[in-house]
Amino acid sequence: MRERFFDIAIVGTGPAGLAAASEAVRAGRSVAVIDESPGVGGQVWRGSGGGEAARWRTKAEDATFLLGAAVYDAAPGRLLVNTPDGAVCVRAGAIVLATGARELLLPFPGWTLPGVMGAGGVQSMVKSGMRVEGKRVVIAGSGPLLWAVAATLRSRGADVLGIAEQAPGKAVRALAASLWRSPAKAVQAATLAWQTRGVPKWTGSWPVRAEGLGRLERVTLSDGERTMTLECDLLGVGFGLVPNTTLASLLGCRVQPAVVGGAVAVDAAMGTTVAGVYAAGEAVGIGGVDCAILEGRIAGLAAAGSGERAMALSPARVRARAFAARLESAFTLRPEVLALADERTILCRCEDVPFGEVVGLGSWREAKVHTRCGMGPCQGRVCGSALAAIKGWTPNDARPPIVPVPVSVLMDQPAATAADHPPKPDGAAV
Amino acid sequence: MTDRRTADVIVVGAGIVGAACALALSRSGLSTLIVEPGVIGVGTTGAGMGHVVLMDDSQAQFVLTGYSRMLWDELGGALPERAARRSTGTLWVAADDHDLHTAIRRHAFYESSGVGSRLVSPAEIAQLEPNLRRDLAGGLMVMGDSVVYPPAAAAWMIERACASGARVERSAGVASIPAAGRGVELTDGSHAAAGAVVVAAGSASGGLARGLPMTPKKGHLVITDRAPGFCSAQIMEIGYADSAHGDAAESVAFNVQPRETGQVLIGSSRQAGVSDARVDRAIVSTMLERAVWFMPALASLQALRVWTGIRPATPDNLPVIGPDPRTPGLYLAFGHEGLGVTTSLGTAALIAHHIVGHAPAIDPSPYLPERFLRGGPTDA
Repeated sequence: MRERFFDIAIVGTGPAGLAAASEAVRAGRSVAVIDESPGVGGQVWRGSGGGEAARWRTKAEDATFLLGAAVYDAAPGRLLVNTPDGAVCVRAGAIVLATGARELLLPFPGWTLPGVMGAGGVQSMVKSGMRVEGKRVVIAGSGPLLWAVAATLRSRGADVLGIAEQAPGKAVRALAASLWRSPAKAVQAATLAWQTRGVPKWTGSWPVRAEGLGRLERVTLSDGERTMTLECDLLGVGFGLVPNTTLASLLGCRVQPAVVGGAVAVDAAMGTTVAGVYAAGEAVGIGGVDCAILEGRIAGLAAAGSGERAMALSPARVRARAFAARLESAFTLRPEVLALADERTILCRCEDVPFGEVVGLGSWREAKVHTRCGMGPCQGRVCGSALAAIKGWTPNDARPPIVPVPVSVLMDQPAATAADHPPKPDGAAV
Repeated sequence: MTDRRTADVIVVGAGIVGAACALALSRSGLSTLIVEPGVIGVGTTGAGMGHVVLMDDSQAQFVLTGYSRMLWDELGGALPERAARRSTGTLWVAADDHDLHTAIRRHAFYESSGVGSRLVSPAEIAQLEPNLRRDLAGGLMVMGDSVVYPPAAAAWMIERACASGARVERSAGVASIPAAGRGVELTDGSHAAAGAVVVAAGSASGGLARGLPMTPKKGHLVITDRAPGFCSAQIMEIGYADSAHGDAAESVAFNVQPRETGQVLIGSSRQAGVSDARVDRAIVSTMLERAVWFMPALASLQALRVWTGIRPATPDNLPVIGPDPRTPGLYLAFGHEGLGVTTSLGTAALIAHHIVGHAPAIDPSPYLPERFLRGGPTDA
């Protein structure tokens, strides 16, 4: 297996990853930045063209970008990466995990119909060129992402029929009223409100079923007392975000179970419980773009050995996290949205497992072995998070490979030690 | 009204062996209590391939696997669809002339024993399994072998046992077995009383019935994404028996199985004395290299998952089945190494013979625990 040596390896090119890379490069370290996606920016900045992603990439232009490259195995000090040119062993003194988050999708009758998509999924597809002009779209679920998605769709000519937010109006209004404490957030919220002006916003409402012949034709929303059915072409639905922690688990980092799917535990310098492994951004808890950039910078500085400069950013991070905690509590999922699936609703799309087969079981392990739930190509990324939210089940320990790779790649193992480690670049002291 | 925790017989463990024992005993009319604090069929049972296979490393192994295979056929149609039992046969492939001689010898032995098998030419192998390499020396197709999804089979056996009156205790496990016999101490501090206790706890058995020479043998399996039609038989290399029963601390052997889903299961590895459940990347690599040598196209299939399992092994590669001479009413049913799924039904029939007194269909003596206990204390 080919080997490449860096001072710092960063996984993820979203806000946290790019911010970490820019600080590490500025500190004179040799840096690799790895992302599964062929472009930089992560979920948030994907397709933003010459925008934020490009600006941050420029700041980190001395880094080596390994794109379209999936980390499938890891140990402290090394990452095994399946790149378009074959498997590479990336050895680094420090690793920064900026693995981001994925959408929480909760099963409800009809959610597997074509035309029903994750809210974030709709947004990235639109940014990657999916056409939505004149399409009737309903956005539903929970969290500030829904507004951003509605704004994007509207700017591309979609007819956004409304946003159904499951959180009660009282909680959302209280959050809005507290925004004066975070002026930047207040501006963002005002911008989104302007961009989505005229779009009905139904708080305390959630989707109960999607219907149609072969594809989505209508969705029914409920507020617990009344229902409303809307004819539509597209339903973007997401119930918040779940930190991606599999790689952290594989590396042996402690993952706190407080959030659905868990969040990587870190100290003030973004260090995980494993020496030489740092984590930043959504992977350590959903906090939004600004928080991710701050944490990425702290992690990049700490990994580069600039601990003091890292700690100078700490107070700002504490404020950003406090805001994130307010968001999380405002958008707490109500019990009703965890109980939308009926017996026949498909829970695991990869293996076609209905909810009824799983609901009576006692653990994720039992569900996997006795129903095949979570055994397909996505390896439980979707249904595992749903079951973590609905049943409180925790996933099994991460095992390599954490993403599917060709058998030939698994055959190819790196040398046990990096005996031929080249001298470190000048000035490097990790 | 009987006490919830009193039974004629307690079966410790609901892996495939415990499940089969519980089914046989409850169908014999004994009130049966199965103690399983974990999930049914997810220990070694859930980690294995689920290959019902005739093996002839020894006469006793040949008899037990052959008898058990027949019992699987009898069960046949009763198994539910989710148990995914299919008669695929086993294609043993010979890499070279040495292997081929082994194949020919085994074929002659099977002929004389009335077992269906036939020698397969390289040309026919290419036709049957086009993904195998083309320069193999030949092979032996053994008819009557099958594949099954073991956790579903175990769950079904427990269900059927319960339909015959068995009960499952899932709130506590077995902490110990008193030397005086007649029951078990549970992990919640209570006692469950029974005239007979069957220890069928797989790898955990050694901790309950001490003094038997048990060794863990760790194995790895890799499963691929769906590749329908990639292979149609369970395929193993003739040299598998050397890996399974040899003395090497570590060995790998080529063994692939087509799953009902179209996925391909790739094995196998053995690491004696290792019970750490983590994936050992080096041996996975060696195992896959061997598999790809036999089946080059495997290299490009997507590997979805790797997992491990611990086979409970004995020094003579035969399970321990029968009364423990040291403790009245204690019966042992463990140490099946990699053949627990195959021999679960034969094991259950022998246990029923020992406890209920059914006439045995095969000679029970090669499997008795006392072969490892000579010189130790005998029945009180």
